[in-house]
Amino acid sequence: MRTIQFREAICEAMSEEMRRDESIYLMGEEVAEYNGAYKASKGMLDEFGAKRVIDTPIAELGFAGIAVGSTMTGNRPIVEYMTFNFSLVGIDQIINNAAKIRQMSGGQFKCPIVFRGPTGSAGQLGATHSQAFESWFANTPGLKVIVPSNVYDAKGLLKAAIRDDDPVIFMESEQMYGDKGEVPDGEYVLPIGVADIKREGTDVTIVSFGKIIKEAYKAADELQKEGISCEIIDLRTVRPLDINAVLDSVKKTNRLVILEEAWPFGNVSTEITYQVQAQAFDYLDAPIVKINTADTPAPYSPELLAEWLPNSNDVVKAVKKVMYK
Amino acid sequence: MQKITKETYIKWYEDMLFWRKFEDKLAAVYIQQKVRGFLHLYNGQEAVLAGALHAMDLSKDKMITAYRNHVQPIGMGVDPKRVMAELFGKATGTSQGLGGSMHIFSKEHRFYGGHGIVGGQIPLGAGIAFGDKYHDSDAVTLCCFGDGAARQGSLHETFNLAMLWNLPVVFVCENNGYAMGTSVKRTASHEDIYKLGLGYEMPCAPVDGMNPIKVAEAFDEAIQRARTGGGPTFLELKTYRYRGHSMSDAQHYRTKAEVEEYKKIDPISQVKDVILSKKYATEADLKKIDADVKKRVLECEKFADESPYPDKSVMYDVVYEQEDYPFLQHKI
Ligand SMILES: Cc1ncc(C[n+]2csc(CCOP(=O)(O)OP(=O)(O)O)c2C)c(N)n1
Ligand SMILES: [Mg+2]
Repeated sequence: MRTIQFREAICEAMSEEMRRDESIYLMGEEVAEYNGAYKASKGMLDEFGAKRVIDTPIAELGFAGIAVGSTMTGNRPIVEYMTFNFSLVGIDQIINNAAKIRQMSGGQFKCPIVFRGPTGSAGQLGATHSQAFESWFANTPGLKVIVPSNVYDAKGLLKAAIRDDDPVIFMESEQMYGDKGEVPDGEYVLPIGVADIKREGTDVTIVSFGKIIKEAYKAADELQKEGISCEIIDLRTVRPLDINAVLDSVKKTNRLVILEEAWPFGNVSTEITYQVQAQAFDYLDAPIVKINTADTPAPYSPELLAEWLPNSNDVVKAVKKVMYK
Repeated sequence: MQKITKETYIKWYEDMLFWRKFEDKLAAVYIQQKVRGFLHLYNGQEAVLAGALHAMDLSKDKMITAYRNHVQPIGMGVDPKRVMAELFGKATGTSQGLGGSMHIFSKEHRFYGGHGIVGGQIPLGAGIAFGDKYHDSDAVTLCCFGDGAARQGSLHETFNLAMLWNLPVVFVCENNGYAMGTSVKRTASHEDIYKLGLGYEMPCAPVDGMNPIKVAEAFDEAIQRARTGGGPTFLELKTYRYRGHSMSDAQHYRTKAEVEEYKKIDPISQVKDVILSKKYATEADLKKIDADVKKRVLECEKFADESPYPDKSVMYDVVYEQEDYPFLQHKI
C-alpha cells in the first residue's frame, strides 16, 4: 500500500485509464497548462500531450456538448468542471443529450463520458459557489452519479466510471483534494452502485456520502464514549442507489439517520427515507431523521455558514433523537 | 461629457489610489483570515473605472460586473466602509454579510452586482437596459465582464438580442490578458475581442484601458449613442491585472518581467505624471492625499472589524419577499 492525496488518486485513475485506452481524453478549464485548478491533472499534459489533455476557454455549454458529440464517433471523454456549480451553464448537454442519446436512438449510440469536478460547499464562497446538485443529476434517468468520500474509493470508482459505457457524474470536493489515504500499489477498480460499510455498529445506522461523511465519523466517536454504537454506511454511488445495503443495516439497528450536504427538499435522503419506510417499515423503532443544509442559498458570513451546514453535533443530536435519549 | 480639468486629474489620482490601497488592505486582512473565500482584486485596472465614471451620468446610469467588484460600487458612491464590512461578513455590509467578496450590490447607487458565474451577468446587464428602455428612461447601463467571459455563449445570445431590440447598453470587456491562468491568445483563433461585435453589426472598438482619458472618451461616445437611441456598443478595454487571479495563484503562466512592463504604464503614475508636469499640484500636495487615503482605508478596516456579525435569522429573512415563507427544517 502507498499513501497518496485525493488529487493524486484522481490523477492516477485518469492517467492509468488513458494509458490503457487511446480514445479517452481529458477536457476542461485549466486542466492542461495549469495542471488543474486544484492540481488534479498534474503532469498529465506532459505525459499525454495537448491532443488528449485539452484546455478550454470558459464555455461550459460548448465543451460539454462537443465532448458528448465525440462519444458518437468513438471517444470516451472525461470532462472536468472547475466546480459543478458551473456545470449549470452546460447542464442542457448533460440532461438533454448525454443522458438520452442512447434511449432516443433506440440503443444505437452509447455515451461513455465522465463529467467530474468538485461539488458542495468549500468555505465562504457565497451562494453560487456552494451548491450540491447530486440529487438533480440522480433524478435523471440515463445518468449514473458517484460521490466518493476517501482516497481509496475515489481512485477505484473513477476508474470504474471511465470504463463504464454510460454517462457518469463523478463528484469530488475542493476540501478533499488534500486528504491522504492508502491505495494498493497495483491497479484496482471498485464496482459502481455498491455502498460500503465504513464502520460497523449495532444501535443506529447513519447513511451519508461525500466529504460530509466525516461529520458522521466525528459524531460516532463522540457517541461511542457514551456507549452508543453507530453503523456508518457510505453510499459511494447515489444513482444507482444501493438501497439493500441500507435496508440490511436498518433491519439490524432499527434506527436511521441520514446526513447529506444538500438542500432539504426532494434530495437523496428523501428517496432513502421513502424506500426504507416502504420496505422496512416494521423494522423501524423511530421515525427516520435526515440532516441537510439549510433551506436557503449558502450565506457568506462565517457564523451563518456554520449554521447553514450540517455538522457532527447535529448528527449526535439526531442519533439521540432516534434512540429517544 | 464634462471637460477633463485639473480637478478631474486630482480626483482620478485620489480615487484610483484609494481603490488600489483598499484592495491592498483586503489582501492584508485576507492573510489574517478576516476575509475568506475567494478574493479577486482590481489592481492595475483602475483607469477603466475612473474613465467610465467620468463619462457616466451618475444620477441615473448603471453598472453591473463580475466578481472583481469591490471598488466599482465605491466609485459609484457606496460607502467603502460598508463594502469592507461585507467582505468581513458583517451585518453592516452592503448585503448584510450574506453576499461576500463576489457579490457587492447597491440599489441606491445603481450598482447591480457582483456576479460569480462567468458570463452570467452579461444578459442581466442587457436586461437592466431593457427595463430602462421599457420605462422610457434615458439611463444607460455599463455591462462589464472579463476576456474569459467573452467566450461564453451568454455573450453571443445577448449581443444579438441587444442589437435586435436596440438596447441602451455599453458592453465592456476588461481584457486584462488572462482568465485565471489562460491567456487570451489561448482561447480563440484571434486576439481582437472587440471584433466579436462585428458579426452583430454592433459598433465596437479597442481602447487603451490603462489611460483614463482614452477610456473616458470612448465611453462618452458609446454612452451618448445609447442614450440617444443608437443602441449598444462593444468596447474592449486593454488593461492588466497586477495581482494573481484570486489569492491562491502561483502565477506560473506569466513572467515577473511582464508584470513590471505594465507597471511602467500604471494608470496612477500616468495621472500623477500629468499632475506634476502640468503643475496641477505639488509633490507635497499629493503626499497629503496619500496620507488621507491611508487614513480612510484604515477607517474602513476599523469599521468592519468592530461591526457585529449578522443575526442568524437574516439567513432566512433575505431569501423571499414573502414574510412568512415556510422554510423546511434542515437539522433538529
Ligand atoms: C461559469 C463559470 N465557469 C468557471 C468559473 C471559474 N472562474 C472564475 S473566474 C474565471 C476566469 C475569468 O476570467 P475573466 O473573464 O478574464 O475575468 P478576470 O478574472 O480576468 O477579471 C474562472 C474560470 C466561474 N466562476 N464560472
Ligand atoms: Mg481576464
